[in-house]
Amino acid sequence: MSLDSVVIVGAGHGGVQVAISLRQEGFRGRIVLVNDEPGLPYQRPPLSKAYLLGKINATAMLFRPETFYADQRIELVHDRVAAIDRQNRRVMLDSGSALDFGHLVLATGAHNRPLNVPGSTLSGIFGIKTKADADLLSPLVKQARNVVVIGAGFIGLEFAAVAAAEGAAVEVLELGDRPMARAVSPQMSELFRAAHQGWGVKFNFRTGLAELEGEDGKVSAVTTSDGRRLPAELVVYGIGVIPNVQLALEAGLDIDNGIRVNSSLLTSDPHISALGDVAAFPCVQNGENLTRLESVQNAVDQGKLIAARLVGKPTPYTALPWFWTDQGNLKLQIAGLSIGADNYVTLGDAAAQQLSVLCFRGEELIAVESCNRPGDHVFARKILARPPALTPAAAAAPDFDLKAWEAANRP
Amino acid sequence: MPTITFIEHNGTRHEVHAEVGQSAMQAATFAGVPGIPGDCGGACACASCHAYVDEAWVERFAPAEGTEYDMLENVVERQPTSRLTCQLVVGADMDGLTLRLPAAQF
Ligand SMILES: Cc1cc2nc3c(=O)[nH]c(=O)nc-3n(C[C@H](O)[C@H](O)[C@H](O)COP(=O)(O)OP(=O)(O)OC[C@H]3O[C@@H](n4cnc5c(N)ncnc54)[C@H](O)[C@@H]3O)c2cc1C
Ligand code: FES
Repeated sequence: MSLDSVVIVGAGHGGVQVAISLRQEGFRGRIVLVNDEPGLPYQRPPLSKAYLLGKINATAMLFRPETFYADQRIELVHDRVAAIDRQNRRVMLDSGSALDFGHLVLATGAHNRPLNVPGSTLSGIFGIKTKADADLLSPLVKQARNVVVIGAGFIGLEFAAVAAAEGAAVEVLELGDRPMARAVSPQMSELFRAAHQGWGVKFNFRTGLAELEGEDGKVSAVTTSDGRRLPAELVVYGIGVIPNVQLALEAGLDIDNGIRVNSSLLTSDPHISALGDVAAFPCVQNGENLTRLESVQNAVDQGKLIAARLVGKPTPYTALPWFWTDQGNLKLQIAGLSIGADNYVTLGDAAAQQLSVLCFRGEELIAVESCNRPGDHVFARKILARPPALTPAAAAAPDFDLKAWEAANRP
Repeated sequence: MPTITFIEHNGTRHEVHAEVGQSAMQAATFAGVPGIPGDCGGACACASCHAYVDEAWVERFAPAEGTEYDMLENVVERQPTSRLTCQLVVGADMDGLTLRLPAAQF
């Protein structure tokens, strides 16, 4: 019997992509997209950058206008899935109704790891995940004079750049010893550290958060792990995320730092797929180890793959990871995964804020980080998507240029 | 509402009613034109919104510069009329604009 209905839980990047791609692939059955957030589905990246700065409006963040969903017969249901009944292939909704599925797609994303120090429930303390968060934060960041950011990861630093641009004094607390340490090379961290300092951002490395102090229920200061007190009317934290696995867990699906899926992105139940921030998949670029990535590329490419499989065109997931972040005048684009990199070759000039770092594991090129060298990023994606691999020795040659190398080695 | 025509590589035409102020990429994705994913949502970070501007219209736009220019240098099948359409803001005077899509975005 052919598949007659697909229910998708979560209308973020992954869920929306599955719905759109199913129709593009010619799927004729019923598609239900269960959205537990208000309004039409939107894209998250601008929340901590362009939207917060007021450079783009809410409409520009939407994936599609309302008419699109109606035209494509994609049923948008404003509700939350409360439970999965695998036996009867049905999901129960908070509202009390239920939806039968031929295939179920879990695209539930992740939530921000919360602060757990005294004072964490004061007002004026934010993680950034939803449009609602950004809407509350945006007027406050324009008024705040003293801002403390907890965590020097991508979202914390994007926010720090916005707050500095709005004229606030910004202090960043970070347990590690450099910005974005888990995701980028030391050379790239250094470029970003220097740039943020130039915008007036002060870093406190190897420093944790001990306590949040308040007045009248509102945050007023932060105490650091080394006992210093920093004034703060606004605190934003970005200390990692926790995948939303609860539904899957209760339904008895395999969980391993996320919903465990195979290379086809199927869970331990062949009628249920999972993708995006919530899914742990065997990642070709990470030695087939179970990997959970938090990026637009990951959600989009996985969404396309699931849709293709559901219409009878299965392929293993091998897409090359890529990512970007915008901070002040810096655009960082990353192609590949730098896990296990032990050798770096740089192109360009860090002082001029134009730098590409080629990350090698032994002789193998595994990732390219490009700051304000977008042309390198485009080439890196082509080079990394297929062999022959570029060696460190070739890249270190005096006049080495990615474009010339790509042209000379194109198959 | 200016009407913009997107022509897929296989010749399929899509006449799209665009809003003034939105990007040409968004006009296309909102209308469901295939072949123009716009994955980064217009952040000029992904190069998946490449199109060729009709010769007659090329002069109407300020030339590509900065990030857009650098990425275009390296996209597949680059032509002199190539643009990243997330950087083309739709104006009231763009009724009748034609944008042709390349065979592949990447
Ligand atoms: C502020 C911010 C900035 C970012 N910037 C970038 C960037 O610059 N570049 C980049 O590549 N990536 C960026 N990301 C990451 C990117 O947005 C995510 O990786 C992507 O959204 C993941 O898609 P997803 O579908 O897995 O999850 P999400 O987009 O998070 O969607 C999950 C949805 O499921 C809903 N949901 C959960 N449980 C249920 C339930 N039981 N019933 C119904 N609905 C449910 C959630 O409310 C949510 O709406 C950013 C993320 C954030 C938060
Ligand atoms: S939409 Fe990503 S570069 Fe235009």
